[in-house]
This record gives sequence, structure tokens and C-alpha cells, in this order.
Amino acid sequence: MAEVKLRSIVKKYDEVEAVRGIDLDIADHEFVVLVGPSGCGKSTTLRMIAGLEDITGGDILIGGDVVNDVPPKDRDIAMVFQNYALYPHMTVEQNMSFGLRLKRYPKAEIRKRVDEAARILDIKELLGRKPKQLSGGQRQRVAMGRAIVRNPKVFLFDEPLSNLDAKLRVQMRTEIKKVHLQVRTTTVYVTHDQVEAMTLADRVVVMNHGVIEQVGTPHQLYHSPKTHFVAGFIGSPAMNFIPCRMENGAGGLSVRVTDQLAFPVPEARAAHYRPHAANGKLLLGLRPEHITEARQHLEPGAVPFEAKLEVTEPMGMETLVYFPLNGTQVCGRVNPNAGAKDGASLRLAADLNNMHLIDQATGQVI
Amino acid sequence: MATVAATANEVPARRPKYGSMSRDRQWALRWSYFFLVLFAIFFLLPPVYMLITSLKTSAEISAATNPWWVYNPTLGNYVELLTSNSYLTYFRNSAIVSVVVVTLTMLISVPAAFALARMKFWGSATLATGVFLTYLIPETLLFLPLFKMFAVFNEYTGIELINRWWVLLILYPTLTVPFCTWIMIGYFASIPKELDEAALIDGATWMQTLTKIFIPVALPGIIAATIFAFTVSWAQFLYPLAFTTSDDQLVLPVGIITSLIKGDVFNWGQIMTGALLGAAPPLIIYAFLMDYYIAGLTAGATKG
Repeated sequence: MAEVKLRSIVKKYDEVEAVRGIDLDIADHEFVVLVGPSGCGKSTTLRMIAGLEDITGGDILIGGDVVNDVPPKDRDIAMVFQNYALYPHMTVEQNMSFGLRLKRYPKAEIRKRVDEAARILDIKELLGRKPKQLSGGQRQRVAMGRAIVRNPKVFLFDEPLSNLDAKLRVQMRTEIKKVHLQVRTTTVYVTHDQVEAMTLADRVVVMNHGVIEQVGTPHQLYHSPKTHFVAGFIGSPAMNFIPCRMENGAGGLSVRVTDQLAFPVPEARAAHYRPHAANGKLLLGLRPEHITEARQHLEPGAVPFEAKLEVTEPMGMETLVYFPLNGTQVCGRVNPNAGAKDGASLRLAADLNNMHLIDQATGQVI
Repeated sequence: MATVAATANEVPARRPKYGSMSRDRQWALRWSYFFLVLFAIFFLLPPVYMLITSLKTSAEISAATNPWWVYNPTLGNYVELLTSNSYLTYFRNSAIVSVVVVTLTMLISVPAAFALARMKFWGSATLATGVFLTYLIPETLLFLPLFKMFAVFNEYTGIELINRWWVLLILYPTLTVPFCTWIMIGYFASIPKELDEAALIDGATWMQTLTKIFIPVALPGIIAATIFAFTVSWAQFLYPLAFTTSDDQLVLPVGIITSLIKGDVFNWGQIMTGALLGAAPPLIIYAFLMDYYIAGLTAGATKG
């Protein structure tokens, strides 16, 4: 096991810059998830760590050694691919032991490792089968088993759950987490699914347009996003962004959303936001769970307002309500018994204690 | 309940045509069988005619009787051919040439196709197209320059390449290697890229990836290429006709024609027997390899 360090990594395909100088330190035993939309450079970064893509600039270090020109087989890594990439003519056991056999491990050692991996993944009864006799979930387990038996320094996962159906994906997600807790190998995991990223990672790396937008724990990314992109990417339903301006009136600082509606900024945040009061291009960021039905006793910082709902989506444990506000559609989460109905008005409350303010010009969260 | 019943009654009684799909299918099947039988008859008639003729004596062949019936069947043609040294020599030459050419072709085209399909290097795409283009040049254009080349080669080295059966081992691959490489490039390209990446990460060298992963997975493609190479080598006529002349250097297609047609005398019984026996090896090979050929070995490699 080892730490992985990326130093100013650049990847260019002809004139297109897929990865634009990223720096990242991944600690030993850490589970890091690279997340971002399609084409953000996350898979390219992973493939560069694997040695499947040459790097255009920068250094990659695994266990303290620069591996820029080291072929994949000598990097002591194992990779799980999105479409499993099992060898179709080999049995599960042969698939799992292929790497060890190439390295001429003793038969008893191979046997021991395959059995141990099969036990961890609960695939002992599948060892004699061919990949075509397995379901998608089983194939993915075998692909993980092939990685585990190698006992590598680093595990690399390239969107391993994307080909599974929704239910199996949740199940396998838990399996991957369990396996990591058991083997504790340094892991780099790529996904475009922010739920997967949040649930699995010790730290999440959000990428966009070939650069790292933010690195942090799932909690940090969710509650303290640094950029407009991260704020919008993490969380489902996504954070609401409402165009607004700041007003520094007699009653203190407030966020004006429409001519009729302004939210007073809680005193604790006012000092932080006051220098930006003159900025005309701001976005108020509020997560749906911070727009709820107005209860009788409002929390300090919660501001009631009337909204005409366009659509409601009952989810069972909550109801999502959508309404227009200053030219954008805003989503709130209300109690299923709050009486939200399509087309009806509802008294809602915005919790300004959890507000974010985004400078539209820089895309940074203030 | 009452509302539901009333609504149901108001629906116009229009009977859906259940089974119309299967009726379409039945007609499609009938037409397919009709054309299949038509083609089978068309293509099987010549071999049947060859078989009938091979069982006749020369006298019966030239007699004005029903050509599709054997009145006095005889195995004389078979006995005569199989005991004739020349025919056995042609057969042996053909067999050796075909087997060696197939082996050479596979040894060249499988690694070449793997390199062109997978190991992306400067000019690999152009080279792949170039390989195929060489196949498009007909042998009728090539045999004269080749003949000239061999003559010049003889002039400078003193090594005689003309009228040697083994020179066919150099000539036939010019026909088989480009096409087999092309088939294999297509086949290798259809194998998911992640499979060789997984092998590379597992610690395999390119050679191990080829031998342990690609060849087993691409076996149907390799068999298709083998069948093609064998058929071309076995049935090749122009090159042996141009480059070999002595009786002991001839291969089967040319041997049958040169030894059994004497001037304007056609020994039809033996020509048909020789051709029929000559067609047997490819048939046997097809019969054995067809199952592998059809089997899709990539099933289960990736999602799907």
C-alpha cells in the first residue's frame, strides 16, 4: 500500500487539453473519489495513474517513486473497469489468478489468495464458472476479486457500477465500502454519480473542464462548497441558485430576490457578506432542504414567504415542491402533510443560516 | 364497477388479428426455404454431375445416353488415379504447400493484425489500409513481374526459383497474408480495449496479451482466416501454372489439367474423379472447423 501524488499533471490530445495541471495528494489507505460530469478529465486522470495513458506534463508518484515512464505492470496497481473486462475464455478462478500466474507465484499461494478474495466477495461457488454464466453483479465482483488477489499498492476503479441496475448499484456500493474497510488499500475511484462519491469517499475530488474544483470530505463539499459548480454538482436535488442583490438598509443586511421579497441575512453572516453588498451579480444558493413549509415557531434565521407551487413531487417521506422565483425554478422539501398541491399557494420558509452567496463573475462562493 | 362495464360495452367490437406476426414469419420462412433450396440445387448440381461422371467408363461418357444416370458403374477411375504416381505427387505437393502456407500466413498475419489493431504507432492506420490494398492487386497483374524478378534473382545468385514447387510457399502468402491480416484486424478491433488493458495491468507483456488473451478470444476469426488461407492455397491455379512445369513439381489443380488433357483428348472420367478427390480436403476442414467458426467466444467479456 502506498500514497499517490499527482504533481501538475497535464494531458493533451493534440490541441485539446483534457487535464490542465492538477495537483493531488492521496494518503495511504485513503479512499478518494474523482467525480465530475462527462469529459471533465476524471477517467483520463485515473488512466494516467494506471499507466494506460501517457502524461503530457507533470509527475505521478506512487509510494514515493515517480512512475511517469513505468509501464502499468510495474506500477503495482490493480484496476476494475466499467465493463468488467473479464477474460471470456477463462473461468472465474483463472481470471482472478491470471496476474499471479504471470508473475509465477507458487500454486499454493495463488490458491490461498484466490480463496481469500472469493471469501471476502462471497463468490466461492462461482470459481469454476465462465464469465458468460454470471450476472452483471457477479461479474463485477469477479473483476474486484481479480484486483484484490494481486494485493496491489493502489486500487483503481473506473466507474465500476455504471453498468449495473439501480438496486444492484446500491448493493455493490456497500460491498465496495465493506471490502475497502477490510483490505484498506489506497483507492482511487472514478464516477459521475455524486451519490456514489459522497457515500464511498474519505475525500471527494470534484473535477470540471480538466481542473480540480475542490477537494474535501463529503461533509465539506456539501456544506461548504467553494465554487458555483461544486455547489450545484453535489446534492440531489441540486442547490437552488436565485439571482439576487444585497441591500444594506437600516434593518441590517438583506438579500433582495424580487421587488417584493427580501431575506434578512443572519447577523452571524452579515459581517462576512457586507463587503460584497455593492456586487450586482450575485446568486443566492439554498439547498432544497433549507426551503421547507413555514412552521408555527420559526427557527432564528428562517424567513417565511408565500410561493405559488407549479409542481409537487410526493416522495413518501417528503414532498418536493417547485415554484418560480426571479426567473428560475426553485425546489423545496416540505413535510408530506404540509398540504402542498400542484398549482396551489403554500407558505414556505427559507433557512438563511445555511445560505450561500455566489459571485457570478468569478463563480466562487463568497 | 358499473362505469367500467359500460365503458367496455361502448368499445367497438374490433377483433385484433392475433397471430398476424407469426403468419408473416411463416411466409418469410417459406420464401427463405424456396430460395435456399433453389441455391442448393444450383450449387450442388456440378459436384453431383462430377460424381456421376467419375463412376462412368470413358465409353459410357461419350455414348449418347442420359448423362445424369450411370448404367455401368465402375470405380476404375478412382483405382487408376489413386495408383498413379503423378496424381499422388500432385496431392502431396498440394498438401505440403497448403499446410505450410496456412502456417506461414497465420504466423505473419496474426501478430501483424494485433500490432496494427492494438499497438497504435505512427502510420499504423495507413499501413493497415495499405495491407488491404495489396490484396486488391490481381495475381494476373503480378505473375509477370514476379517471373521477371525470379529470373533476375537467378542471374545474380544462381538460385533457380522457377519450376520449384516450394517457390509457391513464397508466392501464395502474397495472396493470403494481406487478406488474413485484414480479417484479423477487424476481429481484433472488435475485442473490447479494456481486455488488453486489464491484461497489461495484470502484468502481461504484449506477446503474452496476444497469446494468452487475444488468440483464444479471437479463435473464430483466426479459424475464418485459416479456412480462407487454406482454400486459396489449395485452389490456386495461375501461379503454379506459370511457375511450375515439371510433372513432379505440379500441384493438384494444374496437375489434373496438364496430365489428364492430352492435346484435344479430355479424359473426363479421371478429370472428374481427380477434381472430386481434390475437393475433399477443404470440405473436411470446413466440416471440422465450422462449429468453432460460428461460436462467439467473446460472450461474457464485458457487459451484455
